[in-house]
Amino acid sequence: MPAAINEIIACVFILAGTAFSLVAAVGIVRMPDLFTRMQAAAKTGTLGVGCTILAVAIYYADPGVATLAALVILFLFLTNPIAAHMIARAGYFAGVPIWEHTVVDELKGQYDKQTHTLKASDGTGALSDPDASGPGPQPPASEP
Amino acid sequence: MRIFIANLMLAFLWALMTGEFTVGSLGVGFVFGYVLLWFIQPLIGKSVYFAKMIQIISFLIFFIKELIVANLRVAWHVVTPSSFFKPGIVAVPLEEQSDLEATLLANVLTLTPGSFSVDISADRRTLYVHVMDVDDPEETRWELKEQYEKRLLEVLR
Repeated sequence: MPAAINEIIACVFILAGTAFSLVAAVGIVRMPDLFTRMQAAAKTGTLGVGCTILAVAIYYADPGVATLAALVILFLFLTNPIAAHMIARAGYFAGVPIWEHTVVDELKGQYDKQTHTLKASDGTGALSDPDASGPGPQPPASEP
Repeated sequence: MRIFIANLMLAFLWALMTGEFTVGSLGVGFVFGYVLLWFIQPLIGKSVYFAKMIQIISFLIFFIKELIVANLRVAWHVVTPSSFFKPGIVAVPLEEQSDLEATLLANVLTLTPGSFSVDISADRRTLYVHVMDVDDPEETRWELKEQYEKRLLEVLR
């Protein structure tokens, strides 16, 4: 029966989608700081919802539903990372502390706190020395 | 672009001819249309469309694979104690690129394993990326550039 195969594939995708969404939720609780949390939420959240929508499209096997699902997935993949990126950026400005085991932070001291503009990294890939920024704006991450 | 539209028309035509207007029939029609157009290339003149299409599809396959790997990795990070990873923010120097290309690159980086775009500098030449495991910032930078930026620009240009 072809309908049964449809349903089985849809079930697999729904299970995968909910599993990834669960991982996203647990990740938000478990991760140590804002950036690692956003890593967990942005990736798994996107694929989780994507899988669920795909399951809907497979289950109904209808061109109208499939077109809608394709559009939803397209916009999800375009907008979800942007939302996550805006949250991370806002968090950096608000002075959310970065995890103490973070190895490098090349963003430190690169923001102009008055204008919110971001400098390019000096040189091609040279690790910018946080002390070399001189009397410039203090890095927001070091605030209490 | 003209050939792409022709290909879409052929897909529609195929769907109408077979009498079933489904996703499957449209897909089959598109594949047949692609092969047909490829065969009549000497008549319509050579076009980058055929190579581009293969590049786009292989990039999509690569992206979906990376997305799944990314999710499994996050799942792994979530269940293991957090002392196992060494996150960091690295600055990735970018090639000269348009707004669309930079946006797509940032999105792709966010959805692929271990990396997450935080911000882009005002002159659009440096992308700051939060990476889950930084062993060596230089190596991470190189990896992100080679793996994702190069591939994406290849597809878009």
